[in-house]
Amino acid sequence: MSVKTIATQRASMNIPTGRLAVWWVLVSEIVIFGGVLVSYLMHRLGHPEWGEQAAYTNMWIGATNTFVLLTSSLSAVLAHQAAEKGDGPKAARLLYLTVLGGLTFLVIKSFEWTHEIREGFVLQSGGFWSYYYTAAGLHAFHVMAGMGVILWVANDAKKNQELHRVENVGIYWHFVDIVWIFLFPLLYIAK
Amino acid sequence: MTSTAHAPAHGTAHGSAHGPGDAHAPHRNYVKIWGILCALLVVSVVGPMLGIRWVMLITAFGVALVKAYMVAKNFMHLDIEKPIVHWILLVALALMVLLYGALAPDVQKGEGTGWKKDAGFHHSFVTSKPHEAGKHEKPENAEHGKP
Repeated sequence: MSVKTIATQRASMNIPTGRLAVWWVLVSEIVIFGGVLVSYLMHRLGHPEWGEQAAYTNMWIGATNTFVLLTSSLSAVLAHQAAEKGDGPKAARLLYLTVLGGLTFLVIKSFEWTHEIREGFVLQSGGFWSYYYTAAGLHAFHVMAGMGVILWVANDAKKNQELHRVENVGIYWHFVDIVWIFLFPLLYIAK
Repeated sequence: MTSTAHAPAHGTAHGSAHGPGDAHAPHRNYVKIWGILCALLVVSVVGPMLGIRWVMLITAFGVALVKAYMVAKNFMHLDIEKPIVHWILLVALALMVLLYGALAPDVQKGEGTGWKKDAGFHHSFVTSKPHEAGKHEKPENAEHGKP
């Protein structure tokens, strides 16, 4: 019989090790995204003329993607609720829906970027576009990474295994949602 | 410091989302919370259309703060999370504020004491002493790294 040689609980903090690890990951993510967003904010306030460039971004596409991510967050938290009740198969189905939300987000983003690049707005088109592609690209990369991990967790959950990971991966997904909640007004609304 | 108990295969989590000593998330109406978030999204889209600057700031950025708070509180269950999590998140947020406070005066201003930015965002040092000007000021043909 195999034995896992891991501590599952941090005794002094009374918190599961996996969940604490996810929060530490998010702390480092706050530093990464925080650096990008804060430096964008500084430059945007210092250069009001960037508003003319921001006018070319499509607010409706940004709003649609916000709706998609909010909905995928709902399915992630409902998956957590199902996992708490010990219903692994239901949690897995809801996690697959979360992945579908991530995929929808990426498809919309790829159409959006294709259109913008064809219009001549590329990474080198100016300060605004550098930040736009860097911030949104970094976020899209996190969406892709999250989708991969969620699929992995869902496959275990389907067999009623490692259900505590449903919550952990959900926390990460909600963070990705929060980052987009701030990117939306910064890149699509402030013009 | 940490529990030294070795978990059996599938750990404590086989068939359960939580380990020992871990509180369950309270029952909340997640669909209702999602509905409120969607309504706030509509507000953040419609508000800026009025074309009034302060309305745009409140509806876009103020509402974004509210939405983020609602997701963190209700979906991430931050309100019932252990204090250590709040502390480490506060440290990260404090670093963000520190970054802004330290760099914003230089980035956002066009000029300051003894320096001025040109159109290419390069700094020139302004001084009244000719011999010091020679040391610091960039030659006019030295822009963009050209000799």
